[in-house]
Amino acid sequence: MTQNPSALDPKKSFQGLILTLQTFWARQGAVVLQPYDMEVGAGTFHPATTLRSLGKKPWKAAYVQPSRRPKDGRYGENPNRLQHYYQFQVILKPSPDNLQDLYLQSLAAIGVDSVLHDIRFVEDDWESPTLGAWGLGWECWCDGMEVSQFTYFQQVAGVECSPVSGELTYGLERLAMYVQGVENVYDLNFNGLDGDARISYGDVFLQAEQEYSRHNFEAADVKKLFGDFERAEAECKALLAFGERDDKHLMVLPAYDQCVKASHAFNLLDARGVISVTERQSYILRVRELAKACGAAWLKTDGAGLVG
Amino acid sequence: MSDLLFELFSEEIPARMQAQAAADLKKLVTDALVERGLLYEAATSFATPRRLTLHIVGLPPSQPDQREEKKGPRVGAPEAAVAGFLKSAGLASLDEARIDTDKKGGQFYVAVIEKKGAPTLDVLAEILPATIKNFPWPKSMRWGAASAEANPLRWVRPLHAIVATFGPETEEPEIVPFEVGGIKAGNVTFGHRFLAPGALKVRRFDDYVSKLYDAKVVLDPARRRDVILHDCKDLAFAQGLELVEDEGLLHEVAGLVEWPVVLMGEFDAGFLDIPGEVIRATIRANQKCFVLRDPATGGLANKFLLVSNVLASDGGKAIAAGNGRVVRARLSDALYFWQTDQGPLPDFSASGKPPLDQRLEKLRALNIVFHAKLGTQGQRVDRIIALARELAPKVGADPEKAARASELAKADLVTEVVGEFPETQGLMGRRYAELQGEDAEVAAAIEEHYKPQGPTDRIPNAPVSVAVALADKLDTLVGFWAIDEKPTGSKDPFALRRAALGVIRIILENGLRLRLADLIDGALAWHLTEPDPEIDALSAREYLMTVKHLDIAVGLAKRRRTERGEIVAPTGEGYLRAAGVEGELKAFFADRLKIDLRDRGARHDLLDAVFALGGDDLVLIVRRIEALDAFLKTEDGASLLAGYKRAANILKAEEKKDGGGAFEAAPSGDLLVEAEERALFAAMETATAEADAALKAENFEAAMQALSTLRAPTDAFFDKVTVNADKPELRKNRLSLLSKLRRAIHLVADFSRIGG
Repeated sequence: MTQNPSALDPKKSFQGLILTLQTFWARQGAVVLQPYDMEVGAGTFHPATTLRSLGKKPWKAAYVQPSRRPKDGRYGENPNRLQHYYQFQVILKPSPDNLQDLYLQSLAAIGVDSVLHDIRFVEDDWESPTLGAWGLGWECWCDGMEVSQFTYFQQVAGVECSPVSGELTYGLERLAMYVQGVENVYDLNFNGLDGDARISYGDVFLQAEQEYSRHNFEAADVKKLFGDFERAEAECKALLAFGERDDKHLMVLPAYDQCVKASHAFNLLDARGVISVTERQSYILRVRELAKACGAAWLKTDGAGLVG
Repeated sequence: MSDLLFELFSEEIPARMQAQAAADLKKLVTDALVERGLLYEAATSFATPRRLTLHIVGLPPSQPDQREEKKGPRVGAPEAAVAGFLKSAGLASLDEARIDTDKKGGQFYVAVIEKKGAPTLDVLAEILPATIKNFPWPKSMRWGAASAEANPLRWVRPLHAIVATFGPETEEPEIVPFEVGGIKAGNVTFGHRFLAPGALKVRRFDDYVSKLYDAKVVLDPARRRDVILHDCKDLAFAQGLELVEDEGLLHEVAGLVEWPVVLMGEFDAGFLDIPGEVIRATIRANQKCFVLRDPATGGLANKFLLVSNVLASDGGKAIAAGNGRVVRARLSDALYFWQTDQGPLPDFSASGKPPLDQRLEKLRALNIVFHAKLGTQGQRVDRIIALARELAPKVGADPEKAARASELAKADLVTEVVGEFPETQGLMGRRYAELQGEDAEVAAAIEEHYKPQGPTDRIPNAPVSVAVALADKLDTLVGFWAIDEKPTGSKDPFALRRAALGVIRIILENGLRLRLADLIDGALAWHLTEPDPEIDALSAREYLMTVKHLDIAVGLAKRRRTERGEIVAPTGEGYLRAAGVEGELKAFFADRLKIDLRDRGARHDLLDAVFALGGDDLVLIVRRIEALDAFLKTEDGASLLAGYKRAANILKAEEKKDGGGAFEAAPSGDLLVEAEERALFAAMETATAEADAALKAENFEAAMQALSTLRAPTDAFFDKVTVNADKPELRKNRLSLLSKLRRAIHLVADFSRIGG
């Protein structure tokens, strides 16, 4: 087989874009991780961000995270909206002084040239009510399109960040559409090849978008989901209680999995339209309580830098 | 004299905070200087996305010296007192103190403390870091490794560099020596992030501004706005189009760029099927771009203007193309929303009702809470329907049309377009109502019931619109008063002041003869005052049948009778609450009306003079004020006022002797001995009768004219008649005559409150 350089070209292939970002951040000393194996709404939910951003221990990581937003399903008919998409997430603790420059260099690496394009940092304060987290930062615009989210975490899981982490979230499909000059996400070239060898984003994901949209809006079993929520919530609390050892904690990560499960069940219920406005708030609060308890427990572990 | 250049260079400052931050920076530093005795000639501040800059001109090189004399104990006082004095005055021994002698010949010590003024540079080195540390950002943050330490520096976004130079024009300025959050003040700043990112060494404001300009940074936001506006108009003109000006957007985009470059983008003409307001909202909210009008069609053109921060190497082609692509994607969404809203709503289409009615059903079904204590939006709609139907005949509107418009007024809140762009509420309701064939007056009222939104907004005048607009605002006002959520100080989260002013302006502009008390009671009668969870399931109408509501209604009825003189003991909490709300809200309306009239140039004392009479018919109040103003400008009016003042002053002085109310009795005709007093008496009989009749006919000009006939007899009276006559019965009778004159004049206004 002959080698095809387009397969790795960030301007020609979706995978090339991901690989280039991974290489870039690996060179900056980040640990390149693989996705969290749970259903989450955003890369922030990966414990490498939520939990690792707590405590004093320095931390640098980069990873791709498949993100599910059941409500954003459009049966594969909207060229921009997906219920499942990819985020590229970078977390740097403490936030380096040159974080904006590093970000701009990463854009240059994938072919977004600041001499040719209008790159802007537009105020966008980030808040995740379910995670009990907030930060200040911007949405980053490239020629009027939001391509990334840039946040200095101030609080996560109800805990003040000390030190503050810098978080970058790249919307991979949007960025790829931009650099490939494509108007419909399903037309993205995934593998960078031409002719019969070309695999598009649609080849990989269109059927999934259609099927999951049906699932999210029409078929997901509401009764089961309510049960899932309750069970995950109970399990999370039970595991946290189990792991409690005086000033240490021995079972944060499994408990956190359950918190994330509860959050996803809530998102599906929300997409099914069975949660009223008032109930909505109380569900968000319940997930937040779990996240806060996990965050508090994390601070009692080695991962937070308490020991060593 | 020396100048200060102070720049705080940071990561991108939110556009909406820049102007206030620049103003705060100036105020904080100059206040601190003045407080320390340092006066200056001029100060200006500027903001760009990445910097706040302050320039202060004409500061002295040091603070003025201060001399203070401190009185000490008497000579020969106990040792402890002397020691305390020396310590507090900072003296080494009594030899350094002076001895003075007081009036009684006693001798005491005096310490003369001379404080040399500190150099301004040192004062700045204290003030500037303190200003940075205590800066009042609406939201600030921590960052970097320092954020793990105690009390780290907070700023709106990470702060990177500080320029602080101080010195006279003729010399090399000095750097103000301080450090904050690990950043040392210096004389180096940076140019445009992309176009000229290098370091710039600066001396003073003049070279700072020009070096920045060369490094592609326009420091002054006003200048950036000028450039943007000018270039936008030029580009539009070149295409035969007109810029749709947008002051708010102009300010925002000027805060997003340091080097504004205006470019034109394009979208598919097919999108022009979407209402212009929605296109504009889409492009404005999401893309911060300006839209253009085509003078040929009067509608929008399929072009837009964007403001870039860079002069790109390809002249901006890629940037315009990229923005165009995003605008197209956004407009595709908007088109989808616009079309979806015109179709049936899943789960609500079974009734076969028109699309907007289905949205209303959804609004009700969702039980969207309007306010926790005021029930749901659905309940609110029911109240507005009832109230608008009641108000309709009073404002010349068809009650059924007013009810229908009220019913649909809030339905657009659950449409896709309004969900995405809340600022299109009302307008979208109108469009969708028109599309489903609603009556034109009904459709217009759906949009206009939110008006007027501000002092410059149009006031509705179509009767149906007026009925719904009043009902909507009164329901809000009465509701929030009933649950005691009134505006306080600068806090008015529910925009109640605006609602009250809206009611006032609708009434005045349309000359509506309505009494505030009736309006308030009417709204109150339909209101849920104490919703509780048990009745959530009930509609507002059903709720009205409950005891709590009846209590209010009965209370109101009883009070009405009380006002007519029948004595009915007030009972029940409902009665008290209703009476309280009415009284407070009337006072609130009076305040708003006063402020509004004063803003429009009315004399404050005339407002007081008329408001002192009470009354709650706004149209009459304003007409009375206008008539009074006109009357006082005439010679008759001015001299009547002078005569009134003279009479009032005499009465005031004599009432002090004889007691208040001593001259209230009618003057006796038998005791009128002088011709002038008889003339005044007679003139008053006629004038009062005429004024009374004119007032009954609401003809204030005529009433004042009638009173003005009193001018000559009043003047003659004061010329010829001695009020404080020797005979007590004559004195008392004359004072009673003046008192009658005062009462007569008070028929048109309380002249005692008029100045001048």
